[in-house]
Amino acid sequence: MDLTPEEQEMLDGKFGKAAKKSMEILTTLGEIFEADSMVKVYGVQVAGVSYANLGEAGLEFLNELAEDGKVRVLTTLNPAGMDRENWQALGIDADFVKNQNRVIDAFAKMGIITTCSCTPYLIGNTPHYGEHIAWAESSAVCYANSVIGARTNREGGPSALASAITGKTPNYGYHKDSNRHGEILFKIKTNVTGTDQFGVLGKLIGNKLVEIGKKVPYIAGISDASVEELKAFCASIATYGGVALFHMERITPEWNEYSKPNESSVEISKEDMLKARSELIDDFSEIDFVSIGCPHATINEIATIATLLRGKKVKKEFWITTARPTKKLADNAGYSKIIEDAGAKFAADTCCVVAPIKERFKGMMVDSAKACYYGRAKNNFKVRIGNLEECVEEAIK
Amino acid sequence: MKLLGRKIYKGMVKAEALVTREGISFYGGVDPNTGKIVEVGHELEGQSITGKVLVFPMGKGSTVGSYTMYRMMKNKTAPAAIVNEKIDTVIAVGCIISEIPCIDKIDIKKIRSNDLVAVNGTEGYITIDKKT
Repeated sequence: MDLTPEEQEMLDGKFGKAAKKSMEILTTLGEIFEADSMVKVYGVQVAGVSYANLGEAGLEFLNELAEDGKVRVLTTLNPAGMDRENWQALGIDADFVKNQNRVIDAFAKMGIITTCSCTPYLIGNTPHYGEHIAWAESSAVCYANSVIGARTNREGGPSALASAITGKTPNYGYHKDSNRHGEILFKIKTNVTGTDQFGVLGKLIGNKLVEIGKKVPYIAGISDASVEELKAFCASIATYGGVALFHMERITPEWNEYSKPNESSVEISKEDMLKARSELIDDFSEIDFVSIGCPHATINEIATIATLLRGKKVKKEFWITTARPTKKLADNAGYSKIIEDAGAKFAADTCCVVAPIKERFKGMMVDSAKACYYGRAKNNFKVRIGNLEECVEEAIK
Repeated sequence: MKLLGRKIYKGMVKAEALVTREGISFYGGVDPNTGKIVEVGHELEGQSITGKVLVFPMGKGSTVGSYTMYRMMKNKTAPAAIVNEKIDTVIAVGCIISEIPCIDKIDIKKIRSNDLVAVNGTEGYITIDKKT
């Protein structure tokens, strides 16, 4: 691999221990994946923030890096295990909060912006078309590559951090034109609308891709998709299919950039959608938890929830998970007051996937196919998917 | 017997091999406190990987696995070295941050559990003393 003089000096330790370790990680990955050089990144999204996953050793690793490590580019964090301001109301244990804050402090020491969100692209970590980035968080990776047209591989916590400290990433995979074309055509033969249905479609296509061993779908037949719907679709197709990039005809920016895949195509019918949807509805009636915002809710979604909740009272635990800056927008717009007066709770900085809420609830209703997956796998909840309106209705029922 | 592979992380170590034909997920599949494989139904379930030359085809599972490997190094429950057929990102990064010698592109069918294996991660080869 060709390194610039500065990159070589980082590897040799002239920029300190953290930069040396970081460059070791990146050059090793570069050699494994046959990158010819490093590319500069505009920004980084770091995952591996929850103390539950890192433990004391992970924290020790971060503290060692933070001794002399400083990020060189705009870097934001994935959700943490709790709302950093409102954790008591959400029933999070004080010891957990203490440890989680030690993790966040280590990141802050390195110069990372400690807004903890899975939607960095909504809160200012926003690359432009064609720009190189190094992101962890599978749903955001998929959104950045597909919807924005930026370029990133699916990074893990340490490799993303290494890119933050060096400002570089090895040039392979989705950074290169040659790996960004659609591999298989999906023809959608039914109308798809709503975050829930886009999530169902993501699951359907994701499962199919795993079955046939392909990674980059080209999707035709969707006439219209909002930011919220695309966000839900990205989260789902990344969860169920490990997908980092898709093209959607006349919707995503690179749809016409490469030749359309001409080998066998897969058709998605209304019946396929109904069957996939039924797989996200457990045979269980007792919903005691409703959660919106996987990935983190946009200000637009919060406005809709406020409209639906005005003057109502929720009868079940109802969380709206979002990024702190989005929550502040909602405060200023008066949405937060309406929502909190109705008894619903904001859970900023965190989400129903990473918060330590295993077995705290029996049945969870969500509009997110990704939340269904993790609700079952990580938290032992029964799940039910519905659209945003149905979720709010369930909460006030 | 000497087998040439590709160096992933430097270091030289000699230890008993523990071999599996199945993938290993360090996150969720290995207990970093005991060093034992805990994935239900895994052919090594219940066996300790601590201090072994751990031989398996390829890593699988969550990227958090790299941090699990680091926890094992700190807990002194980590394997002595890792030999893969095909390296994946999680294992590679885990070896780098935990300083575990590692090589890949080795035909692992030639190694049996309990063979004494010397791993040279600096130059990228292993030598095998067959168990007698």
